[in-house]
Amino acid sequence: MTALLAPAARSYEHMFLLYRRTWRGSIFNSFLSPILFMLAMGIGLGTFIDDGGTAALGVPYLQFLAPGLLASTVMQTASFESTFPIMAGMVWTKRYHAMHATPLRPADIALGQLGWIATRITLVAAIFVAVMVAFGAARSPLVVFSIPVAVLTGMAFSAPIAAFAATQDRMDNFSAIFRFGITPLFLFSGTFFPVEQLPAYLQPIAWVTPLWHGVELCRDLSLGTIGADPLMALVHLAVLLVFAGGGILATLMTFRRRLVK
Amino acid sequence: MPGTPETSLIHARGLTKRFGKLTAVDSIDFDVAPGEAFGFLGPNGAGKTSAMRMIGCVSPVTEGLLRILNLDPAIHGPQIRARIGVVPQSDTLDTELTVRDNLVIYGRYFGLARSEAARRAAELLDFVQLTDRANDRVEPLSGGMKRRLTIARSLINEPQLMLLDEPTTGLDPQARHLLWDRLYRLKQRGTTLVLTTHYMDEAEQLCDRLVVMDKARIVAEGSPRQLIDEYATREVTELRFPVGIQETLDGQLEGLGERVEKLPDRVLVYSNDGESVASAAHERGLQPETILVRRSTLEDVFLRLTGRSLIE
Repeated sequence: MTALLAPAARSYEHMFLLYRRTWRGSIFNSFLSPILFMLAMGIGLGTFIDDGGTAALGVPYLQFLAPGLLASTVMQTASFESTFPIMAGMVWTKRYHAMHATPLRPADIALGQLGWIATRITLVAAIFVAVMVAFGAARSPLVVFSIPVAVLTGMAFSAPIAAFAATQDRMDNFSAIFRFGITPLFLFSGTFFPVEQLPAYLQPIAWVTPLWHGVELCRDLSLGTIGADPLMALVHLAVLLVFAGGGILATLMTFRRRLVK
Repeated sequence: MPGTPETSLIHARGLTKRFGKLTAVDSIDFDVAPGEAFGFLGPNGAGKTSAMRMIGCVSPVTEGLLRILNLDPAIHGPQIRARIGVVPQSDTLDTELTVRDNLVIYGRYFGLARSEAARRAAELLDFVQLTDRANDRVEPLSGGMKRRLTIARSLINEPQLMLLDEPTTGLDPQARHLLWDRLYRLKQRGTTLVLTTHYMDEAEQLCDRLVVMDKARIVAEGSPRQLIDEYATREVTELRFPVGIQETLDGQLEGLGERVEKLPDRVLVYSNDGESVASAAHERGLQPETILVRRSTLEDVFLRLTGRSLIE
């Protein structure tokens, strides 16, 4: 197994080396901005909402919002990391082509890249959860497990988007992904309010996309209510695994098609 | 040069590459011997890069036989790639990393330990005269420096075979000569070089033997000298006429030398004695603006073989 993954680890190492030079630029977008957002909405706006009573949500708004925001934040970072950096590797700096001239195979290159994205979002999720705990936004120690769930949610977006990005020559279509995919999901997948508040005809969209499943799982873990409906929890997990797994297979395919011509 | 998969570093028979209906490489045969500097000469679109990509094991062979280091690229791609060094046509350096990190991470791709990669990187930076830029980012380097860095990078695995796809295209003359000097040193050390170029001077400087490619096929093969002897005369007389005059000279140029080639801007007369052609032209009452007598080059060979100049 280690011998099998050693070449992928070298592709991963390149991304690590790059990040060591560019991490400062990611601090605001990946870490500070989502945390400020959580505090402003959860504590600032939350105080108003909670004044009307917490009966509707059953918990203070901050505790409702924070785990949802965790999943959404990780989704956003994962999606961003799966567009422009992939395009750079294929088209701009042609990093992947340079790798392919060596013993690395397209699958090694792709897996190293996805592995790196998983690392990046693990960092984002871990710091976010630490801040949640510090501000009393988590009710259960199970919140620790919302880190891997958030990462899985991120990969459910990252892998399919990376597969698509590897086929592109220009960045034109990326803004469409964010405009028509990521941003609407961010707003309407149960992060800020339960999806039951949506018109009935919009709710199925939440059910068939990964974010809502990630938000629900993270929230049940953070609130400690995961045991209430274990079957549903398994359904959420299964949906995320299908998106992430399918996306990884698709990425292996599109990397190969692009690099082997 | 006939060869076998065992004696040749590269052995190709009927090597073909098709992209859909387009045939990029059409059944070519060649062998590259160990230690040789071998060139693919031809205009853009002749199939040079497609041939190089197949040799580099990043492009599957459509048809025919290809063996590199006596291995089959379809089965042993990664093993072959581990033993060759590639200088691609366009730079694939990571412009955000430092000069040194570009080399070290590339060494890591080949499975070198970090310390060994760092040791070789330092040595190679010295070889391509970039030691003083080791800690700079790649972005601001000049074109010539980036090419030198790419060459250093391709040497990190101490390759037996180097593939250079148009190594000096786009460089100024000084940068080209520096690069040629480094490649010449590699050749002296016994590294096998395979390069593509559309510069005749580059092929003459570097190649022991070359093939001329045109429209996906090999149209001639030999050493630069052999090709010139076979397909061109010893000397060329270039006659340049005032604008509009050349078109009116029909019939007056024939028989001046062994062969007359009319280009849009000048007339080339091939002979073994260029000076006497020049006198003969004067005797016929021709009044060219300038006359230049020079030795034949590979450009003339190409012109003869294809009727077109190399850089179109």
